[in-house]
Amino acid sequence: MKITQQDVEKMAQLARLAVTPAEKETFAKQLTQILAHIDTLNQYDTTGIDPTAVAIGQVNVFRDDLVRPSLPSDKALANAPEREADGFVVPKILEER
Amino acid sequence: MSLHKLTLFELQKQFRAGEVTATEIVHAYSLRISQVEPKVKAFVTQTKESASLQAEALDRKLKEWRKTKPLTGMPLAIKDNICTDGVHTTCSSRMLQNFIPPYDATTVAKLRAQEYILLGKTNLDEFAMGSSTENSAFGPSRNPWNLHCVPGGSSGGSAAAVAAEECVAALGSDTGGSIRQPAAFCGVVGLKPTYGRVSRYGLVAFASSLDQIGPITKDVSDAAFLLQAIAGHDPMDSTSIDRSVPDYMKALQKRNLKALKIGVPVEFFTEGLDPDVEQAVKAAIAELKNLGAEIREIRLPSTGAAVAVYYVIATAEASSNLARFDGVKFGFRAKESKDLLELYMKTRQEGFGPEVKRRIMLGTYVLSAGYYDAYYGKAQAVRTLVCQDFATAFKEVDLIVTPATPTPAFKLGEKSEDPLQMYLSDIFTISVNLAGLPAIALPCGFNKTGLPIGVQLIGRAFEEETVLRAAHAYEQSTQWHLKKAMIR
Repeated sequence: MKITQQDVEKMAQLARLAVTPAEKETFAKQLTQILAHIDTLNQYDTTGIDPTAVAIGQVNVFRDDLVRPSLPSDKALANAPEREADGFVVPKILEER
Repeated sequence: MSLHKLTLFELQKQFRAGEVTATEIVHAYSLRISQVEPKVKAFVTQTKESASLQAEALDRKLKEWRKTKPLTGMPLAIKDNICTDGVHTTCSSRMLQNFIPPYDATTVAKLRAQEYILLGKTNLDEFAMGSSTENSAFGPSRNPWNLHCVPGGSSGGSAAAVAAEECVAALGSDTGGSIRQPAAFCGVVGLKPTYGRVSRYGLVAFASSLDQIGPITKDVSDAAFLLQAIAGHDPMDSTSIDRSVPDYMKALQKRNLKALKIGVPVEFFTEGLDPDVEQAVKAAIAELKNLGAEIREIRLPSTGAAVAVYYVIATAEASSNLARFDGVKFGFRAKESKDLLELYMKTRQEGFGPEVKRRIMLGTYVLSAGYYDAYYGKAQAVRTLVCQDFATAFKEVDLIVTPATPTPAFKLGEKSEDPLQMYLSDIFTISVNLAGLPAIALPCGFNKTGLPIGVQLIGRAFEEETVLRAAHAYEQSTQWHLKKAMIR
């Protein structure tokens, strides 16, 4: 599968990652090469083979819904790039009408 | 004898006997670090001052009441993707350059409960993505055996620190070989436990179905000792397994390998294998036979698919795990964004390095509409074949022996421009993660230029005891682990 610069742009948009024109060119080339190797998987017959998501211990784990101590808000906010009172500050989300 | 030359087990013995204080230990290691660290560059963050304070406090306490725990006063280093409360945890990324975790990873909490001393946080490929530490945002670490060579990766800082005797032992993490490959490159011991044996809580997630924390040590009994300290179920990690932890040190006592069947997979001895590595590993296999093991040729026919499966599954999981780095709650934030979308896009562009971006994009691609079945679904199915290969082999044998890496350590810059070549250097370690099995890498010789060579032993799930026992028997019948790097 050949990856074009348009493909890179689309993936970057989906991944919320800005890319420069130079990055687009490099990534298109490298990802094409990597996907060519990944395409060798088609040599393996997987008809009727179930997928493996986790190799060991695939069971649902339940716990009681109990109140437990958690991180106090000042500690949780300590690494915030920008904060105000007990909240994280972000650029305006809603557009003006 | 200088304290930094002792193994964890030896140092602990001297400390418990009262022959040496924690302050003396930390002093000896601080000196050693100041001597060799400018050349090796194993650490991202050093914690000498807090280590000294901690050592003094321990010594004072022990004067009052001489009661020690297995790791009391033992100076360790921790890979910088494992959270340490109050100590920077950067993942060697600009994204987390200023991040100070408000909690300990469970493994670190366990070490802390045993009164270990943290000497520092070790360098890695950014977010553990790489095989050389060249992807670190803070510059590569060096191989103590040859400073022009890489120490391997991603736990290259931990392996280099142990090989350079800048700490007595270290923790690493292994997603596709990130403990075993650097251990092999640096001539030390690295153990990847069974998936679920050790808690991942507080390990910054890369590929959650593959990641596992494990020890990097000077010898096999130290690996058993450190595994003992960190193994066990953790309610905070729903993938950790609720199963009793055996006595790993006791498992080492049986030296005789009679009744043990060890398989040699033909697929691991093909073209691309360095002749020095092949020779050293074949000699190691002969030694295992000498020790009483029965050697059998086996087949793992899906071996050739492992790297491709890995780079679909690991990148898919990474693209999802790394979505959290958005400049909102913690970590780096790009300046002057006009809206939230631009904040995300710019933060991630400026915060991540090229390899992380490449993997996020690849992961996004294989999960995207139209390609999910062809790539992600296919890789998961082939992963089943890889698991089945091992299951079939382990009906016949108790252990599998392979080279840990196809070549000894390569030169800095040799593969950094060619991601696919870099990925293929993990060809012998990756399938173990896909199947969740325990495996150890340990020294088995040197190449013509004096670089270490590692052999890998793979066991059945939760049979770390067998892996450790065979590794220990081999190690004790050879002298490779006693040879130390001359740093120059």
